[in-house]
Amino acid sequence: MNIDKALAPHASALALRAQRSRLLAANLANADTPNYKARDMDFKAALGQTLKGGDISLQTTHRGHMSPGSGDGAEIQTYYRSAQQPSMDGNTVDTQVEQAQFTRNAIEYQASLRFMSGTIKGLLTAIRGE
Amino acid sequence: MSLFSIFDIAGSAMSAQNIRLNTTASNLANSETVSGSEQQAYRARQPVFATVLNQANQAVAGVQVTGITTNNAPIQREYAPQNPLADEQGYVYKSNVNPVEEMANMISASRSYQSNIEVLNTSKELMLQTLRMGQ
Repeated sequence: MNIDKALAPHASALALRAQRSRLLAANLANADTPNYKARDMDFKAALGQTLKGGDISLQTTHRGHMSPGSGDGAEIQTYYRSAQQPSMDGNTVDTQVEQAQFTRNAIEYQASLRFMSGTIKGLLTAIRGE
Repeated sequence: MSLFSIFDIAGSAMSAQNIRLNTTASNLANSETVSGSEQQAYRARQPVFATVLNQANQAVAGVQVTGITTNNAPIQREYAPQNPLADEQGYVYKSNVNPVEEMANMISASRSYQSNIEVLNTSKELMLQTLRMGQ
């Protein structure tokens, strides 16, 4: 049994959740900035892309090769939210929507975390054999 | 750890909202000030917010205050010859602060500040839980 494989979907999901919470935090931070357009990502598509792409880190066969970073994934596609009530100054952040999404995202992050913890505990039990 | 940058984002927003609260406080404090000429009269101040994009990762967007603008609304003058600041005709010039506008501004700034605090607390909680993972 491969430990990487056991943790696979949740590790990727956790990294993506962190990234999404960063996006939503940026939206909330810019709630009063003129001309700021709220952004979000398509989580399902992003997770599919990450899982299909296999490892987040690239294979390095030469010591000069550089790692593209640990799952921060700047290449994840973000989309502009279509505003229900855009304000006069061109800002499309709806604070309530962003807050709800942020809370939901945090809970889903905790869910992924719980799943990972469970897997780790299961593996530890198997390793100890107690 | 990518959750760390949320501290920068929410922190920048909180500092910007803080500047907004400061200008509101200054405006409200000076709403009753008078001066001897139209040029010296107090004009309401307002910060200008702008998004600051991180070069490395475009998704990270904090806020910065690019400047403070002064309100160009007309200055009201008042006939008060007994005031030591009055000009030759006996007029003093009042500030152009609109207290109602400032109060609304203050509430908006404090709500924005609160929502950023909420984001910070949630992120901190998530990070602590991540550190405890598998225990």
